[in-house]
Amino acid sequence: MSNKRLRNFHQARWDEPIIFELSTPGQRGILLPKIDDEIINKVGKAEEIIPEKLKRKELPKLPELSQPQVLRHFLRLSQETLGQDINIDIGLGTCTMKYSPKIHEQFVRNHKFSELHPLQDEETTQGILEIMYKMSEFLKEISGMDAFVFQPGGGAQAVFSNASILKAYYADKGEGDKRTEIITTAFSHPVNAAAPHTKGFKVITLMPDEDTGYPSIDALKAVVSDRTAGLFITNPEDTGIFNVHIKEMVDIVHQAGGLCIGDIADANGLFGIVRAKEMGYDMCHYNLHKAFSSPHGSMGPCCGAQGVKKFLEKYLPVPVVGFDGEKYYFDYDRPDSIGKIRKFYGVIAAVLRAYSWIISLGADGLKEVSELSILNNNYLMKRLLTEVRGISAPYSKEKFRMEQVRYSWGKLKEETGVGTDDVERRCMDYGLQEFYQSHPPYLIPEPFTPEPNETFSKDEIDEYAEIMKKVSEEAYENPKLVKTAPHNGPISLIPKPPITDPEDLIVTWRVYKKKKGIN
Amino acid sequence: MTKKIGLIINPIAGMGGRVGLKGTDGEEILKRALILGAKKEAPDKAKKALKYIKENIDGMKILTYPGDMGQKECNDLGIKHEVIGEIYDETTTSEDTEEAAKRMIENNVDLILFAGGDGTARNIFNVIGDRIPVIGIPAGVKIHSAVFATNPLNAGRIVEAFFKNPDIELKESEVMDIDEDEFRKGRVVAKLYGYMKVPYQRVYVQSLKSGGIYSDEISLEGIADYVIENMEKDCFYLIGAGTTTRKILERLKLPSTLLGIDIVKDRKLILNDANEKDILRITEGSRFKIVVSPIGGQGYIFGRGNQQFSPAVINACRKDNIIVISTPSKIASLKSKPLLVDTGDDETDEMLKGYYRVIVGYDEIYVYKCSC
Repeated sequence: MSNKRLRNFHQARWDEPIIFELSTPGQRGILLPKIDDEIINKVGKAEEIIPEKLKRKELPKLPELSQPQVLRHFLRLSQETLGQDINIDIGLGTCTMKYSPKIHEQFVRNHKFSELHPLQDEETTQGILEIMYKMSEFLKEISGMDAFVFQPGGGAQAVFSNASILKAYYADKGEGDKRTEIITTAFSHPVNAAAPHTKGFKVITLMPDEDTGYPSIDALKAVVSDRTAGLFITNPEDTGIFNVHIKEMVDIVHQAGGLCIGDIADANGLFGIVRAKEMGYDMCHYNLHKAFSSPHGSMGPCCGAQGVKKFLEKYLPVPVVGFDGEKYYFDYDRPDSIGKIRKFYGVIAAVLRAYSWIISLGADGLKEVSELSILNNNYLMKRLLTEVRGISAPYSKEKFRMEQVRYSWGKLKEETGVGTDDVERRCMDYGLQEFYQSHPPYLIPEPFTPEPNETFSKDEIDEYAEIMKKVSEEAYENPKLVKTAPHNGPISLIPKPPITDPEDLIVTWRVYKKKKGIN
Repeated sequence: MTKKIGLIINPIAGMGGRVGLKGTDGEEILKRALILGAKKEAPDKAKKALKYIKENIDGMKILTYPGDMGQKECNDLGIKHEVIGEIYDETTTSEDTEEAAKRMIENNVDLILFAGGDGTARNIFNVIGDRIPVIGIPAGVKIHSAVFATNPLNAGRIVEAFFKNPDIELKESEVMDIDEDEFRKGRVVAKLYGYMKVPYQRVYVQSLKSGGIYSDEISLEGIADYVIENMEKDCFYLIGAGTTTRKILERLKLPSTLLGIDIVKDRKLILNDANEKDILRITEGSRFKIVVSPIGGQGYIFGRGNQQFSPAVINACRKDNIIVISTPSKIASLKSKPLLVDTGDDETDEMLKGYYRVIVGYDEIYVYKCSC
């Protein structure tokens, strides 16, 4: 059955070599002009004025190409990718792949921002300090927390930083040796287990209840004790199910003397609906590169905004941005701080973009973001569960979800042999980039976690649903077609097992040449 | 070299099910099943798997047994095969299954594909143990063993994976059976007979491409080391049956009983394969802990394959001295269903209910519910 919504997609296939292989000795992109005698007479010869210790002994081994060759090379590569700006990027759930307004790029590329030096005098950086200060005021309002910093370079570092504060807090109370356990849940982001564990805490993971999908109160009660340092929790969890017992759980941990740390990396279903404070959290973090629209940039320019309640403020990493009524300043004089966790100010490009995003939306706009996300998600869920064969949404049957759903292709695999890996690759033949399956542990078989946030139109969500429907039909009619996908992409299925031994990894041209014996 | 697959179909498997006989073990029951109008179902189920194999695997040699123990099914589908052995009566018995398994081994097959139920699995296990890999097509009334695919088609797919992927992992999987006579009286008396090797497809664990692979082997070692490092002085440890618990003895460099209970104290072996009386005698007046692991896919921690842990033993031990260990993949295979106990004593079962700190890796704990 043909469907008019589906594209006859085919991606470019350039068979493009690595840029080093394109190199021809002697080719240049820019030929520098000869220096005028007049200048040489005034300042001396270039090679003489550069200090000896700064001079290269050997030329850098860079590829040698002309400008048009470089341009063609990268344009070809760009045609072989499927990024956020070109595909309907609903598939990468838990990441909130939303449209990043292009005007924000003009702000961060503006020389007033891009040429700031981290060691500039505060007198000359009042503008960015004001933005950072006001951004933390916004986040205080959004979360109900009392103080924020933008030091962590991502969500994981923010959780680690919160775990560090937890450790410092109990050390101060003289309970450092006693409060050694933290509790998390199986569908919270795994960094909520990993970061405190790295900090030396023992991790206890609550498993989901068979029906609701989140842990029962009794499970928590069974393990909470005077050894409990904290509860690290995501809500809604990865399943998109909101844990309605959150306040009760937090209260139980508080009564046992523990603290509660909320992972709100993905806040997209929560703006204006529920705050960290009302859930009872003592600490939390937001990923400015997710719900706050700053791009992920391939795991690059991230920022985990870390927020705490008043009684924990003194432990925040330095510097904290302050305001004395006249001027903004960096406060490094904080004796109880857990210290410096990142160079200079943190990733302030993400702060600037997120600030712009909040300013342009306002409080009502933020609430609308969440309402639209939830609406979009439940619309997609309805279509997938009623129209697509072989898909299911384990736990919390017949109930609405928040901003995302963790589906299972388990039935499809059972009935056709086509699993989530296969569906994922086949989706590329319809112009989608790969989708997100699941964080570990894989409690839901053959998982798949899309997140149709507020920046996708109904038409796009429909197209996405139609693709899933089509691939499922193909799996039942012609499983081989799906299992051997992609067919329309720049590369075909590579059936080789992935590289797992670090010895086999080749990540640079230098290593490649060494391993292949090329001079 | 052409790979050889040994095909054994137990044609009468499953016949007792439709007519409410809870199994088809023994001639008498088979007669009753026939009187009640039972029809052979296993051949059709086996054919589903065989059809898939025919369509998807080239260059494979099938060795099978006469009549509807495989020959007929292959003929029906036009699958090339070689018949070995003979049967003397139209009504086949468990002896035929065992004889067929013997012949398969003599003929050096690479894998045995069989259709049947727990009884059939036991017969094959009796002969081959864990010498060659097997995969079962579920066709019996009782399917408690973990050596079966989830449906006939998937059995075909696992055979395909086995032949196409030279690096496929083999997993020791439980061969279980329940006593049919007892079961007909309404009592479940399950026994763990042993382990056979089954080609393992990672369904419930993270796929390789996501990186950070955590194999069952690494989890097992982590669990065992963690239990050992936390062993208390002067305390008896009763290590239950199974491959997960066996690792503890292995890491202690002590001999173990796969299907029995081993007793350890201060890292030294006290007794292998202890029965209930041994346990009560040795632990009397002393501190002791029980270490158990759930049965994969089912979740029983007491009452299946470890009846030596009787209500008397469990009650003497107390709940907080029970250590539950499991690999994360085994927990995932329970699909959020609770752990189970069935000791035969309601009060003991009731006492065992609740939440356990299940050790799933080195210093890694899942909190998991147990019901009865």
